[in-house]
Amino acid sequence: MDTKTRNKALIEEVLSAYPEKSAKKRSKHLSVHEEGNSDCGVKSNIKSLPGVMTIRGCAYAGSKGVVWGPIKDMIHISHGPVGCGQYSWASRRNYFIGVTGVNAFGTMQFTSDFQEKDIVFGGDKKLDKLMDEVETLFPLNNGLSVQSECPIGLIGDDIEAVSKKKAKAIGKTIVPVRCEGFRGVSQSLGHHIANDAVRDYVLEGSEGKTKGFESTPYDVAVIGDYNIGGDAWASRILLEEMGLRVIAQWSGDGTLKEMEATPKAKLNLIHCYRSMNYISRYMEEKYNIPWLEYNFFGPTKIAESLRAIAAQFDDKIKEGAERVIAKYQPMADAVIAKYKSRLEAKTVMLYVGGLRPRHVVGAYEDLGMEIVGTGYEFGHNDDYQRTTHYVKDSTLIYDDVTAYELEKFVETVKPDLVGSGIKEKYVFQKMGIPFRQMHSWDYSGPYHGYDGFAIFARDMDMAINSPVWSKTKAPWKK
Amino acid sequence: MSALRQIAFYGKGGIGKSTTSQNTLAALAEMGQKILIVGCDPKADSTRLILHAKAQDTVLSLAAEAGSVEDLEIEDVLKYGYRDIRCTESGGPEPGVGCAGRGVITAINFLEENGAYDGMDYVSYDVLGDVVCGGFAMPIRENKAQEIYIVMSGEMMAMYAANNISKGILKYANAGGVRLGGLVCNERQTDKELELAEALAKKLNTQLIHFVPRDNVVQHAELRRMTVLEYAPESKQAEEYRQLAQKIHANAGKGTIPTPITMDELEELLLEFGVMEQVDESIVGKAAVAA
Repeated sequence: MDTKTRNKALIEEVLSAYPEKSAKKRSKHLSVHEEGNSDCGVKSNIKSLPGVMTIRGCAYAGSKGVVWGPIKDMIHISHGPVGCGQYSWASRRNYFIGVTGVNAFGTMQFTSDFQEKDIVFGGDKKLDKLMDEVETLFPLNNGLSVQSECPIGLIGDDIEAVSKKKAKAIGKTIVPVRCEGFRGVSQSLGHHIANDAVRDYVLEGSEGKTKGFESTPYDVAVIGDYNIGGDAWASRILLEEMGLRVIAQWSGDGTLKEMEATPKAKLNLIHCYRSMNYISRYMEEKYNIPWLEYNFFGPTKIAESLRAIAAQFDDKIKEGAERVIAKYQPMADAVIAKYKSRLEAKTVMLYVGGLRPRHVVGAYEDLGMEIVGTGYEFGHNDDYQRTTHYVKDSTLIYDDVTAYELEKFVETVKPDLVGSGIKEKYVFQKMGIPFRQMHSWDYSGPYHGYDGFAIFARDMDMAINSPVWSKTKAPWKK
Repeated sequence: MSALRQIAFYGKGGIGKSTTSQNTLAALAEMGQKILIVGCDPKADSTRLILHAKAQDTVLSLAAEAGSVEDLEIEDVLKYGYRDIRCTESGGPEPGVGCAGRGVITAINFLEENGAYDGMDYVSYDVLGDVVCGGFAMPIRENKAQEIYIVMSGEMMAMYAANNISKGILKYANAGGVRLGGLVCNERQTDKELELAEALAKKLNTQLIHFVPRDNVVQHAELRRMTVLEYAPESKQAEEYRQLAQKIHANAGKGTIPTPITMDELEELLLEFGVMEQVDESIVGKAAVAA
């Protein structure tokens, strides 16, 4: 049976376990990619089915955990009961430079810790007081954001009024974000809401705050790189070496000042399209700043991207890009020479969020590996359109995959590696299948840039070729 | 001691719920019943006639002062008024903030858990306006009020509210044991008020348990923060409330599952009694000048 037929039969088999109505709904999210298909053949950004185990997050996670959390010099207040803040403590592995508690607050957790009386009487007075306390305890913070948890939207706390009043009193930027978890179908709406809050409370009126900023013709901003394990740093050095000046990082290791200065950029470079295309489009409309989606996973895509970025600038930068590629390509070649023989023809199934279900494909292919299945947690149609350039005919595509579906797919496809999140990791490792967390880089990284590729290759080899996999059969079983 | 009766008064805002309920409960107390009033309205005015007080300290305001509801003692929130009627108010946030519905839930749970109901013959909940959210439906959920009395009048919006409240009761009637005890018509002197109230009661599968005539003595008593029963016990109006109290007392277990009607049916009812004229659809939404 060829792969396409096998995959189609597999989808049918998986769907057959569902009640008719659920099967009909889920069937629209599962597909086998056919060459020439414009969107991988799946529907996306639709409410998950009740009763299934979805891997998605909520709007609060999208705003607090992804977009706002990494802005290191601001204090992000989880407004509502304590749980949301506790479980999102320190956000993701967004590396940053700074002194915690003095001028960086990324690993700290601030919450208004709602009690019953705050629900009944409203939490605005408590929020007001909390802001004063924060200002007293951590006077070097450069601003605050209010990340709304579900009850805030239900009881109608006027966080905008409190933020406005305190911003005036304290003299700092305070950003109210209406990212209540029940809004939308996944964390994706949280990204959008967070982007809109940046637009309304940071970019709006930022002109007056960038006096003394000296522009150069080579100013760019890195948008949608959250510096997981140092990703943004590994990317930034390449841009700087080719002659560009990075004036802002959004939002990994980022600051409020950098965000305010971004309207001065000549070009916005966007890595995670899903979470920050909104603000990039806004800056294009309002400030005439073009944006370019790039990909710094694996030497092939890095070189392609460096050239595409350079094409937006003059010959100096174009030469710079060639110089950077020439400098690092031998290093990448050495990595490939070392690992390709160990990884050649190994198959991979991915299930991640944001940009990774497509962006990392090139890095695996550089090592001779093959992506046989991929899908997005919270992608939209435009993500799947962009994915068609990356995946081959007959690749299994699964949108908002359920725990059951992914397990069944992996059982039949039997890939050599699964790349997904912490909730999936132990399920597949216990099935005897090598696994790498592709949200957090499994406590490793960076994976971006040439430096990151070396680490990426080592990690994939370590997962797949670990001697432990030869020991997973019980000795009494023949 | 007989089993605890739990009843609740609902009705459109301003219809006279608190006045009617306090007068009726005063009459029940006269009959020797031990009564607890639980005011479920952030305005906290359900007990003023019994206590002769402007407003009672509420469960929630005291809880907010003390830190949380767990920090309260039951004695802090119970007051004793006319004929030893026990009074308590849930209270709630100032208008425009927080969640009054959650406040009602918090307060009722506190009262129950701390023995406010012990030794009582009657618990009466006085609930604001419509069943606007889950919190204000708390008294009609399982193991709370057995019968609901809806205070209404011959005015269209009061009848509309009565119908809406019936929908709320219906929702919980099948799951729990709540029933509609009857309608109490608080006379507004609208056209054919008694007939209309009776007709609505029939449509809702219930009874018009009493028609309370309008009498200025109620107003006089109110100004003195008293029930009519206390201010003018010999008055005709006091007798009306006594009758209502007796009917309610005799109504135990006789509540029904309501059959709410549609807006169209309600309008038909008004047409039938000539209270409303057939609407000429061509004039709907047109200003006087345009017409």
